[in-house]
Amino acid sequence: MAKLTIPKEEIMSPGHMGCQGCGATMAMRYALKALGKKTMISVPACCWAIIPGAWPNTCMQIPMQYTAFEVTGASISGIRAALDSQGMQDVNVVGWAGDGGTVDIGIQALSGMIERGHNVIYICYDNEAYMNTGIQRSGSTPYGAWTTTTPVGTTEYWEEGQKKNLMEIVVAHRLPYAATASVAYPEDFIKKLNKCLEIPGPKFFQVYAPCPTGWKSSPELSMDLARKAVTTRAFPIYEVEHGKYKINRKPEKTPLSEYLMLQGRFKHLPEKEVEFLDAHYEKEWKALLKLEEMTQDESLGNFM
Amino acid sequence: MKTYQEITITPINNVDSRAVKTGAWRTWRPVLIPEKCIHCYKCWKVCPDVAISVESPEEKSLPVWDYDYCKGCGLCAFECPKDAIEMQREVDQ
Repeated sequence: MAKLTIPKEEIMSPGHMGCQGCGATMAMRYALKALGKKTMISVPACCWAIIPGAWPNTCMQIPMQYTAFEVTGASISGIRAALDSQGMQDVNVVGWAGDGGTVDIGIQALSGMIERGHNVIYICYDNEAYMNTGIQRSGSTPYGAWTTTTPVGTTEYWEEGQKKNLMEIVVAHRLPYAATASVAYPEDFIKKLNKCLEIPGPKFFQVYAPCPTGWKSSPELSMDLARKAVTTRAFPIYEVEHGKYKINRKPEKTPLSEYLMLQGRFKHLPEKEVEFLDAHYEKEWKALLKLEEMTQDESLGNFM
Repeated sequence: MKTYQEITITPINNVDSRAVKTGAWRTWRPVLIPEKCIHCYKCWKVCPDVAISVESPEEKSLPVWDYDYCKGCGLCAFECPKDAIEMQREVDQ
């Protein structure tokens, strides 16, 4: 029996300006399938400010508002308050920002939004650099990556900091629901979005969205890279519901070099650096498993 | 010419992006080999350009490509479990 595993309705139109094999457009397509037409979306400066198209075109069949780089959180708080005062509680309000607009520039607005407890969904699509402006490093860029501001040459080196753990920052606010997702697992992403629509209060998502242009990878590999990021433990898929961790995918570990060497941004890494990175991801994974185990304790109750 | 009172304060995008034929970007064209298709619709699921449509999955209809919008990224061909999609080089018309 042939069956579609994700909703059939398309709320995103073709003809958008996304690059070939763009992970961010895949993420938006899946998110809109889950959220439905009664959704308002606010987008700061990021790839998605360009993707809908040049004026007067737009690929969105729902209202979308462009906002400044640092205020996605404040913007969706305002939209929610305005809708509530008009009695429109059934509209989903979504903030859709890139990783730079979330982990670096927009983090105070995000923090304020969660603290105030608005009933909104904040989705950060993570392509691990400022891709729209020309591949500059962001707080979300992983160790070892080439970007235009961390060039690899004789005198300069690759990105030397580890990827910022945004989920832990967000979870520290004790919000009702936060989750990571990946475009490689659309069913999982859609299931989580449907689930979070039932939960009142602020919700947060970090979606892994490969970027062939910035990662110097082949466009047809986008989904494969997202899948490999999960299996190599570089980007684990988990959710935190009322403070309780749950790892949604615990696949067999695959060698990290298989994932790194498909991307031009990691091609320069010598073997010992790959091993160092692998050890770091393994450590993070173990810590995550422990967190999952610890937070299952019933005596803790719900954090929020 | 409109006066400033007549125009909206912020520009509004209200023309559907179907007006933009992004198919012109394409170098490689995905072509389905119908005999190999097992109707899993993975190609439809992965397409970032919404260029693949499925009429009725219950009746096992074949996925259909809209070459006006397909950018030729090759995700569908790569993800196809049966290698039923072939990437063919576009020839100058």
